Formats: sequence, structure tokens, C-alpha cells
Amino acid sequence: MPTDFSFPDSAAKAANLPKEFETEKMSLSMGPSHPSTHGVLRIQFELDGEVVTKADPVIGYLHRGDEKIAENMTYNQFVPYTDRLDYLAPLANNAAYAIAVERLAKLEVPPRCQAIRVITSELARVSSHLMGLGAYGIDVGAWTVFMYCFTEREKLYTLFEKLTGARFTTSYSRIGGVARDLPPGWLDEVGAFCTQFLPILDEILALLTRNKIFLDRSVGVGVISRADAIAYGLSGPNLRGSGVALDLRKDRPYSGYEQYDFDVAVGSTGDCYDRYLVRGEEMKQSIRIIRQAVAKMPGGDWFARDARKIFAPPKDKVLTSMEELINNFMIVTEGPQMPAGEVYFEAENPKGTLGFFIVSTGGGVPYRLKIRSPSFCNLSILPKLCVGNLVSDVVSILGSLDFVMGECDR
Amino acid sequence: MATVTVSRPPLTLSERAYLPQILAGMRITLKHLFAPNVTLSYPEQRPAIPPGYRGVPTLVMDPHGREKCVSCQLCEFVCPPKAIRITPGAVPADQPDRAHVEKAPAAFDIDMLRCIYCGLCQEVCPEEAIFLQNDYSLSGYSRDEMVNHKDRLYELGGTLPDQHFKWDKKKAAEEHGNQH
Ligand code: SF4
Ligand code: SF4
Repeated sequence: MPTDFSFPDSAAKAANLPKEFETEKMSLSMGPSHPSTHGVLRIQFELDGEVVTKADPVIGYLHRGDEKIAENMTYNQFVPYTDRLDYLAPLANNAAYAIAVERLAKLEVPPRCQAIRVITSELARVSSHLMGLGAYGIDVGAWTVFMYCFTEREKLYTLFEKLTGARFTTSYSRIGGVARDLPPGWLDEVGAFCTQFLPILDEILALLTRNKIFLDRSVGVGVISRADAIAYGLSGPNLRGSGVALDLRKDRPYSGYEQYDFDVAVGSTGDCYDRYLVRGEEMKQSIRIIRQAVAKMPGGDWFARDARKIFAPPKDKVLTSMEELINNFMIVTEGPQMPAGEVYFEAENPKGTLGFFIVSTGGGVPYRLKIRSPSFCNLSILPKLCVGNLVSDVVSILGSLDFVMGECDR
Repeated sequence: MATVTVSRPPLTLSERAYLPQILAGMRITLKHLFAPNVTLSYPEQRPAIPPGYRGVPTLVMDPHGREKCVSCQLCEFVCPPKAIRITPGAVPADQPDRAHVEKAPAAFDIDMLRCIYCGLCQEVCPEEAIFLQNDYSLSGYSRDEMVNHKDRLYELGGTLPDQHFKWDKKKAAEEHGNQH
């Protein structure tokens, strides 16, 4: 692929230097265990001095065959595996997966379940963006930001722990509902978190937004044009940073997102700084959504009670009634019963558009499950984006793309 | 659609001068120096474990100290990483009050090197016999040590309250001639 780029000493190059001054290109392998590649990404560089002339991302170090695994187990058994896609926002993955399967079954979950999913997805977005900001801070040399972000993220993880029983691998969704109802008082704690979080978020952002060193590292670096962002199939904050206002929560609302009032943050130039700003603003918008959802949390069922072949019966029924006991056995061993057909559903995850394409031949096990992971598509622009930059700028670019390899390699 | 374009005003002179910014940043960090600690000195201090926590899976007994698991193997089936291995057996002869239960696990192993603490076993168990409890820090020197056998599982699990006493009810019903 011919690429045109210019670098500072191109003029010197052009000048007719004697033959012995001609330098060779160097090849450099960054990763797979490099602190700034956020997981096990390896990039094979070709360098001219310190300028990148070619960048080749090598992925697959974290490949676990999740799509194949899904073909060998019931729909519910796959929920723990969705935790391990974008492991920085497992709650959002859980919800997206469950909604995809429910679309296949043409099942509508009750409003309370939808609202719970909205709150958990948005909390996951905040925690993922906090991690993204913190890690970006480290990449460009700002440790403090990371520490402050992690303090806040820890509070979120405590909330997740109370809700799901686990901090990290939440496995909270079930097909047709969620694993359990909200614990008493949990919504108040979420509200309290939102209240104390906003000033702290401003403080965290204040450390970077007007910081000259940070701006030097991010403004005008790694510019993705609007056209490129669309052509390479970017999604999420990386796409919106380039000024494309595409947000599935607005464009194709699911799980009741149409009821909430929020703005889509977009950037204007598409550089690293814009992507950072968009993430900061998105956290504020997420808090807005969470507050609305907490305020009007509907009562009622938190799982689809009529879906008797999909959602397992409550425990006390299983223990007291023979029919429910048998039903429990059927749903567990044969899986939630799905009609034959295909479905594609994509959700606006923190990292971008997470899609599930499910082909079913009926029964409780998918025939094929394809995962469209945002990080994979977002990384596809690397060969274009890195060329012409200094190696140290590549670190900044990687940080601003905020990808997760668990999801890219799946 | 409501969108907000993030604003990026140019840096002011004082911001560009760099030093005032450093001082402002230091002021923020300095403030945090005197704020209360957010970390715990683990393991001396331990975090509070909320109810419903998903720790190490264990087997529990009912309040009369009787085994609850009937070896239905549903948990073995559902466990996504196949961490559970059950060998079904008969109810021991020295438990006449449980003779009508028909089955009990002869062996019950959970390989904690495989377990992902997902909680599906607890969720599907029709006897409320397996519970993920509060233990989270598990370690061992060998692979064998990391497999929890039946005795160990009951030792970890202890006794939990039971609302139903399902099998006692069934027996009482049978004695009244009601063959369910
Ligand atoms: S918690 Fe999950 S992985 Fe562990 S034994 Fe139970 S079902 Fe298996
Ligand atoms: S623990 Fe529960 S699910 Fe597992 S075999 Fe025993 S009774 Fe069945």
C-alpha cells in the first residue's frame, strides 16, 4: 500500500547525501507484552529513525475461540463468556448478549429489567471510560489521573459486587431477565455515587484537559478524518471523536433508551485530544441517564415471567412443585428454547458497537454465534494511523483508541 | 438528535506558560495527600463482603446436619468450564431417615483451577445444596490441592438455614398415603 507521509528530516533526505549516509530501515516489535499496548497487542513496525513507515498489528494472542465455544453450550451457559469479551465493561456485554438472544426469541422483557440493564450498562460505560482515561494518562505520563480514576472505579466495583456477587466477572444477564433483582438500597447507593462522582470527574478532567504537556502529546496527533473513521468501520468514542454523531442508543434505541434524555458527544477534528474529550463528556451523559433511570425505576417483574421455556422458574417454586422442578431441569439441560432463525443485534458498548449475529436451528444451543467486536474494527485503522508518526506518538494513539484485546481476539 | 460538540478553546497564556499549570496540578494532588486513605492494608484489613457474594463454591448441610445434595448432576452439567465431577452413589445405610432420597454423591470434586465463580451451579441446584460463599482467597502448592473433594466442600460449606425441608415433607406425605 503506497502511503505518503512526511517527516521532519525529509528535506535532509532529499538533499544529495553521499552513499555512506544512507540508512537502513529498522524493524521493531512492540508487544505483545508491552506496557503501552493495553493487553496482548503486538505491532510490527518498520522504522526510519524514529519515524514509523509501516505498522502491522499482530493480533490473536488472546484468542480463546469464544464463537466456537458458544456452539457447544446453551444460551445461558455462554453468559460468563461474554464477561470476558470487553472485560472492562462486562455488564454491558451481558446485557447486549441477552438482548440479542431475546430478539431471536421475539421476547420482550419487563420494563424493570430493561431499566436495570440500562443502569448497569451505563455504570459499565463509566467504569470503562475511567479505565480508558487512566490508562491514557499513564501512556502520556500522568500517573495521578490513573490513581484518581481507579479510586472511582473501585466504588463502582463495590456496587457491582453488591448487585451481582462479583466485582469483575459479573455474569449478570440471563436470557429473559437478569440473574437476580436489585438488592435493597442499591439504587440509593447508585444515586449517591452519581452525586459525589461528578465533582470528582471534573477534578480528574481538570488534571488533563488544560494541561500543556498532555495537549502537546494529544492535539493534532493521530488525526482520523471523518471519511476514514467511517471507511474503517470505527465505532464508539473513536468514531464520534471524528465528528460522526452515530450512537445506537439514539439511532436504534434498545432496552428503553428512547425514554432517557441525553446528548451525544462528538469531536471536531478527530485527534487523540478529541477522543479523550468525548470520553469525558460521555461519562457525564451516562450519569445523566443513570439518574433518570434511578428516579423512575419501574416496579414489577425483573424477568419475563411468561417465558416459561426460556427463563428458569424461581427457586422456591422449584423446591415445592414437581412441574417447576421438571421445568427447571428442562431449561438447564436443553437450554432456553429458541425458534429457528437468524438475528443480528448491536448495542452501543463503551468501546463501540458490539454486535451478536446468531443463527439458530431451534432449541437451546446456537448453531453459530458471531461476535462483531468494536476493538477489532477500531484497531483496523492502525496501519494507516501510525505511519508518519514518532514511536512515542504511537503510544499516545494507542492510548486514545482505548481498545481491549479480550474482545478483539475473543 | 441532540449532540454536544466537545469544546476545545485554545490555551490561555498562563496555561501555556506551563509553570502555573504545574502548580495547579500540585495543589490538587496536595489536597489528596491529606484526604483519608482509600486503600486497605490487606490482609490485615479485609474488605466487607456483601450478601450474595460469589466466592468458593461449597456444599451445605441442612440444619439437622444432613446432606442435601441428591447427586442429580445438574450442576455438573451446567458448569461452563466443567469444573465439577460427581460420582453418584447410594445414601449411606446409617442414615435411615434419608433412605427415601435414593441417591447421594459418592464423590463430589470441584476443581478450583477450572472454576470461574460464575454461580450457575448454585442457581440451577434444585436442592439448594451448593452455595458460593464468602471465601475468596484460595491458594495451594499443587494442582491436587486445588481440587476440593467432598469432605472439604462440606467443611467449607457448613450448615445453612432451610425453609423447605423438601424431603421430610415428601416422607410425611407418603406416610399419609399420598404417593406423589
Ligand atoms: S461457580 Fe461456575 S465454574 Fe464454579 S463450579 Fe459452579 S458452575 Fe462451575
Ligand atoms: S449440588 Fe445440587 S445440582 Fe449439584 S448434584 Fe447436588 S443436588 Fe444436583
